[in-house]
Amino acid sequence: MTPRDTSVLPSVLQKRSGELLDAWIAHQTSADGYRPDLMADAELRDQSRELLASASAAVSAGGLESPTHPSWQATRQLLGSIAESRATAGFAPTATATFVLSLKQPIFEALRKDVQNPERLADELWNATTLIDRLALQTMESTLEARERVIARQHEDMLELSTPVVKLWDGILALPMIGTLDSARTQVVMESLLQRIVETGAEVAIIDITGVPTVDTLVAQHLIKTVTAARLMGADCIISGIRPQIAATIVHLGVDLSEVATKSTLADAFRLALARTGHSLGRAPARERR
Amino acid sequence: MERIPILKMGEFLLVTIQVDMHDRLAMQLQDDLTDRISATGARGVLIDISALEMVDSFIGRMIANIAAMARILDAQTVVTGMQPAVAITLVELGLTLTGVRTALNVERGMTLLRSLLDEADGVAHDAIADREDADVGAEE
Repeated sequence: MTPRDTSVLPSVLQKRSGELLDAWIAHQTSADGYRPDLMADAELRDQSRELLASASAAVSAGGLESPTHPSWQATRQLLGSIAESRATAGFAPTATATFVLSLKQPIFEALRKDVQNPERLADELWNATTLIDRLALQTMESTLEARERVIARQHEDMLELSTPVVKLWDGILALPMIGTLDSARTQVVMESLLQRIVETGAEVAIIDITGVPTVDTLVAQHLIKTVTAARLMGADCIISGIRPQIAATIVHLGVDLSEVATKSTLADAFRLALARTGHSLGRAPARERR
Repeated sequence: MERIPILKMGEFLLVTIQVDMHDRLAMQLQDDLTDRISATGARGVLIDISALEMVDSFIGRMIANIAAMARILDAQTVVTGMQPAVAITLVELGLTLTGVRTALNVERGMTLLRSLLDEADGVAHDAIADREDADVGAEE
């Protein structure tokens, strides 16, 4: 007869649920990490009650046997939503973990009242510890997942933001590239540039790489691909802002940029673009200026 | 059997691909276009692929081949209106259509075609003029 088979934990959780909830709330509101500014007491009580009920149901359904028991499904989802709402509300991960872990003491006290035999008590406490630890670990995992989702979304936003295609003149687009280029980013850059070419009917696109710290073979390859794709659509590309070190790197890497017009500054590239689209640039006579 | 129409506009031939290309259609177009160029003595060919949403390697190569054949038959060739997705696919497939002229839309393509022809005529005139000059020089 193993202690798990005869565990009184399910019955204690059910029988003393009201008592446990009150003790748990008391614990939480007296703890250091108590933040009534982030979450109202009523909401805290709702969360605690739901979690306790769900855990109690899972334990009664035989969830003590293994953490992968199907009865834990609902609890896992509940913990996920709790962790996410707490993460967005601004709780520290420690506070969220403490929220679950602070259930330990009320359960221990309840067990001490119900179980008299010291050996049985030790077994029951072990059961309860395993249960609470499992819940806490699940919470941490959900918290991390929620944070990772936020990071991934911000990364996507940054991709979008970091590739503006600006219109310099009728038929002239500029694409100032800033930061390190990787495959994913260059793909976005290429797509947004080509899309804008279609929308604006631009004849010339200037790719300015002043803000790109290093150019390796991959980046050069991507640049050439972008230029070629733009040419296939009928637009000319000019690459500007190539710094001396980058020029040296490009030559050392053996990248052939002979097909592409290159200029050292955006201003030179713009002048060339104006010339190609048939605009001429000159100074107005002094008297016409204001 | 369906065919892609080839329209004659003055000394130009106009091919607009309005349907999804499949392999047989592309082969048919290649034969038809080369026949028409030699029959009409067209000086320029404009191929509009703005309605083409998807290409595979075969269609990509056919487009390149058709353009290259037209050029060999002494007709300047311009491909117009390529969609971004198509351009990216062709580049990723390594089909950069070297030597094929491109333009954003049919209007620009026509302008480009005319300027190309003017240039070619100009060069021819210059060459004749140069030779006449040289002949005159030799006589003197």
